[in-house]
Amino acid sequence: MKLEVSLEKQLGNFKFATEFAVDCPRVGVFGPSGSGKSTLMHMLAGLLKPDRGFIRLDDQTLYDGASNIHYASEKRRIGVVFQHAHLFPHMGVRRNLFYGYKRIPKVDRKIDPDALIEVLNLSSLLSRGVDSLSGGERQRVALGRAVLSCPRLILMDEPLNGLDEELKYQIIPYLEKVFAEFDIPLLFISHSLNEMQLMTDQVLELADGRICGQTSATDLALRRMGTSQAGYVNLLEMRDPRPLADLFIYRWGDQDLILTVGGEEARGMFELSSKEITLFKRHPEATSARNLLHCRVTKIFDAGNRAGVELDCNGQKLVSQVVGEAVRDLDLQPGCEIIAVIKASAFRRLY
Amino acid sequence: MELSARVAFIATLFSLPIGFATAYILVFIRIPAKPLIHGLVNLPLVLPPVVVGYLLLLSLGSRGWLGKLLAGVGIHIIFTWKAAVIASMVVGFPLLVRSICIGMEDIDERLLQASRTLGARWYDTLLSITLPLSTRAIVAGATLMFARSLGEFGATIILAGNIPGVTQTIPLAIFDYTSTPGGDRMALGLCLVSIMLALTVLLFDEGLVKRFKRRNRQ
Repeated sequence: MKLEVSLEKQLGNFKFATEFAVDCPRVGVFGPSGSGKSTLMHMLAGLLKPDRGFIRLDDQTLYDGASNIHYASEKRRIGVVFQHAHLFPHMGVRRNLFYGYKRIPKVDRKIDPDALIEVLNLSSLLSRGVDSLSGGERQRVALGRAVLSCPRLILMDEPLNGLDEELKYQIIPYLEKVFAEFDIPLLFISHSLNEMQLMTDQVLELADGRICGQTSATDLALRRMGTSQAGYVNLLEMRDPRPLADLFIYRWGDQDLILTVGGEEARGMFELSSKEITLFKRHPEATSARNLLHCRVTKIFDAGNRAGVELDCNGQKLVSQVVGEAVRDLDLQPGCEIIAVIKASAFRRLY
Repeated sequence: MELSARVAFIATLFSLPIGFATAYILVFIRIPAKPLIHGLVNLPLVLPPVVVGYLLLLSLGSRGWLGKLLAGVGIHIIFTWKAAVIASMVVGFPLLVRSICIGMEDIDERLLQASRTLGARWYDTLLSITLPLSTRAIVAGATLMFARSLGEFGATIILAGNIPGVTQTIPLAIFDYTSTPGGDRMALGLCLVSIMLALTVLLFDEGLVKRFKRRNRQ
């Protein structure tokens, strides 16, 4: 997806003025509430008319204030998944799902409804009314509805916001599957760094109606780790769990990790805060922590009054954080060998 | 009684599409002078019906501009049952529009946005989302207007007169009987008919609204 945007809009006291160009399939828009994320989404979807500027998607101009081009929402073929699903209350799940599908010309119906229903696991919901659905189910139907309209781009406006932590991470695998399988570009709006790292490749940072940065989700998270209470959140995709007494052993790259949490699924996504990784110069003889990893320091950077330490553990990347004094005591430098110690209970399963 | 019901029914039926369109414009379309339109629509609600009737008589009468126009194509309205329909339409219209407006304002605007991003043109959204979601309000408004039309007196007596068998609706007949010596029994009888009719309409309305509620929940 190639998206070029330059937009201005005055809304009361709030002035929105941004300019950016992205060329990748999964773009994130990150910013606090009130930074103009929704304004941007509404203008991209054609639901709000900008004061001036232009929107170009894959070399087609959808809006140009100067030459008076303004495609209506229904002609842009941009799907939207709203924060609160917004399913049509007077229709059942099936009619909701097919609402957009029925309204596009047959030649444009590139997505097979059966395949989508399968991927989103919707078949048992089809005959139900929308009132009886749970929050997660509603979002899955809303996503299916948007995907079935075979859009050129899907905008997701904080789609996981209304869901509790656990549900949130149950939805993400569905999202990943859908976007991988049906190859639809995505613009994902959120103020959660975790979601950004899981769902997007490039992130536009928005503040006060202006774009103030364009980086990768990981770089954004690294940069913000100094100001965040939780530190940097490492996301580890692990596989092939096997039980070890009442613990679990997971494969991470080509090494084993011992965890207190686990599941049946062959693959799982886990989070590990940078604060939970302790660094040792030499191999400690005895420790209560279950995981001792040999790593090499690749980078040291400032993060507020702490230092971030980027580690290479047999080809896998981890980020730890320590205080500046520890960097001097351990004589940490890029290239030096070190032991990272992680407790088995430090991992949190996301999905 | 049959005449009363017919007048009220036709008046409501003809007002429905106009009422729906007016409410749609008032709620969803951004136009200047909206308060003025709002005021004009609601004017008959606060004006004495006699005033409404008199103004209608002036414009529809044989010397009125609209009357002349209609007479040219051979349509005479004054002092026929059609006049009773028009009087009822004008007087009951605000009730219908107000009720539909309230229903439409309740519709989450984001549902309409969702439908548009899914490729529905404005008239498609109107038919597939706005109309079904305002059905309850439309039924409620139509019932209210029907009931109001059954009782319409002031504008009708001026515009349609009080001609037994032609324009004499129930309220007009009751008025006649109460002013004739010995007509009390007949007047009371008609009052009972009036009450029964109104009650039937209200019960019917309740039933319909319940059915829509159920359907919407499914």
